[in-house]
Amino acid sequence: MAYSTKVIDHYENPRNVGSLDKGDDTVGTGIVGAPACGDVMKLQIRVENGVIQDAKFKTYGCGSAIASSSLVTEWVKGMHIDDAVKIQNSQIAEELSLPPVKIHCSVLAEDAIKAAIKDYQDKHGAAAGENADDTPAAV
Amino acid sequence: MTVKTPIYLDYAATCPVDPRVLDAMIPCFTDNYGNAASRTHVFGWRSEEAVEAARIEIARTVNADPKEITFTSGATESNNLAIKGIAEYLAEKGRHIITVVTEHKAVLDACKHLERKGYDVTYLPVNTDGLVTVEQVAEAIRPDTILVSIMFANNETGVVQPIAEIGKLCHERKVMFHTDAVQAFGKMPIDVQEMSIDLMSISAHKIYGPKGVGALYVRRRRPRVRLSPQIHGGGHERGNRSGTLNVPGIVGFGEAARLARESMKEESARIFGIREHLRKRFIAEIPHSIVNGTLESHLPGTLNISFAYVEGESLLMGLKDIAVSSGSACTSASLEPSYVLRAMGLNDELAHSSLRITIGRQTTLEEVDYVADRVKEQVERLREMSPLWEMVQDGIDLDSIQWTPH
Ligand SMILES: Cc1ncc(COP(=O)(O)O)c(C=O)c1O
Repeated sequence: MAYSTKVIDHYENPRNVGSLDKGDDTVGTGIVGAPACGDVMKLQIRVENGVIQDAKFKTYGCGSAIASSSLVTEWVKGMHIDDAVKIQNSQIAEELSLPPVKIHCSVLAEDAIKAAIKDYQDKHGAAAGENADDTPAAV
Repeated sequence: MTVKTPIYLDYAATCPVDPRVLDAMIPCFTDNYGNAASRTHVFGWRSEEAVEAARIEIARTVNADPKEITFTSGATESNNLAIKGIAEYLAEKGRHIITVVTEHKAVLDACKHLERKGYDVTYLPVNTDGLVTVEQVAEAIRPDTILVSIMFANNETGVVQPIAEIGKLCHERKVMFHTDAVQAFGKMPIDVQEMSIDLMSISAHKIYGPKGVGALYVRRRRPRVRLSPQIHGGGHERGNRSGTLNVPGIVGFGEAARLARESMKEESARIFGIREHLRKRFIAEIPHSIVNGTLESHLPGTLNISFAYVEGESLLMGLKDIAVSSGSACTSASLEPSYVLRAMGLNDELAHSSLRITIGRQTTLEEVDYVADRVKEQVERLREMSPLWEMVQDGIDLDSIQWTPH
């Protein structure tokens, strides 16, 4: 199988590998996938005033899964959670030139960031929570 | 010490042609190019002579009579000919076939085809060692059973089935016994008489011969085995398989068989030594490495091993100058992890994490030491990146987690 140079780059030099403290109130954690399916992603974000200050990931899965999660952590840093939640798997797949059989890796990465945001929001009650004065994202 | 890369450790998939085999083949392309079926001139006679000499070498390797060797285009064809050929020939006698879930696809798909034609197939399970027992076969035999097809050695794990016991049982119960011996042929002693084998598939390219040539051993006495040909035409190969003989391929196959037979003892000991060196390094240096399949009944050069919490394809990606294969779904077209490993009761995670490494004639100790170093380095790196590894380090039981399969 031929990998794109971007996949290889993320695989060989993954960005933001690591973990944040799950118990910390400012941290949202998303774990998606299943070992039986051959991929599990853990994506974590640290949020201040609705803005993602830091992001970390750990991934069990093929090179494309590692690259998809690595890329997403890079993208979301500095992003408002209302924008991060709008990341689409197609953007990830396009950026990494994933072949059709690897599209599920980008889907998983999208699910992971959404799950992390949801976990953060759950910790803070209502979805809009601390961003009451921000205009909520259009749905 | 530096080793030359890329390093080839996928000899169960195919082998390079031995230079001595190539030397034997070359004249068949340029000088002795006659059709082995041409009876009217010296070109034909020479080719026929060369084919018969090869037939003798192959027969001798398994204690068969040369007349019992039918040349084919490879073991896929041999398996198809044996299974469909027997099923068709004995259709009046019965329509039940017994095989095993871990067989090569060429056997399984031929059986599936027969199921669609109204045959009944029993797929025996294997135990966690990868073995079937003679008792399982005995229990599965019915009055309408015509054929038992059980592979000699598994291509993914190297596990060797109790062939002689199963053969004896089949002869007692008057059922035909076919074995796919592709992986075992030339690597360990095979005696079709002692092992009561009626039909046996073999292939040249797994023993340093050319691709696209194989054979089916078809017993001629006690019992005489007859089958319906699957390729019709000029009546070559005693009518079992028509088509102009692939003389260069057959000559190469014969030479490869001779070399394998003559060097079997030393070569398998040497290969086994290298395999064991590699296996022991993995076990000693990489925690949570699990060898798949029993080593008690096993080919000398095959090693199937799972490195838990690391996905196989990502590991292969980190070993780009090393040629091995993986049971990971991501390396197959089907997106399913190895059916062989799953049949042995391995959970999907370990099946996804498996590597198959096969040592061959050219492999050196320096090469496998390099491989052990690289695998260790990559497994460590990928485990640092693995959420599963982190959970296990934190004492979390992965089975207790509600995963979200996608
Ligand atoms: C066990 C087994 N059976 C059958 C085959 C098919 O052999 P061939 O490549 O000669 O068709 C192979 C090799 O791929 C094999 O390993």
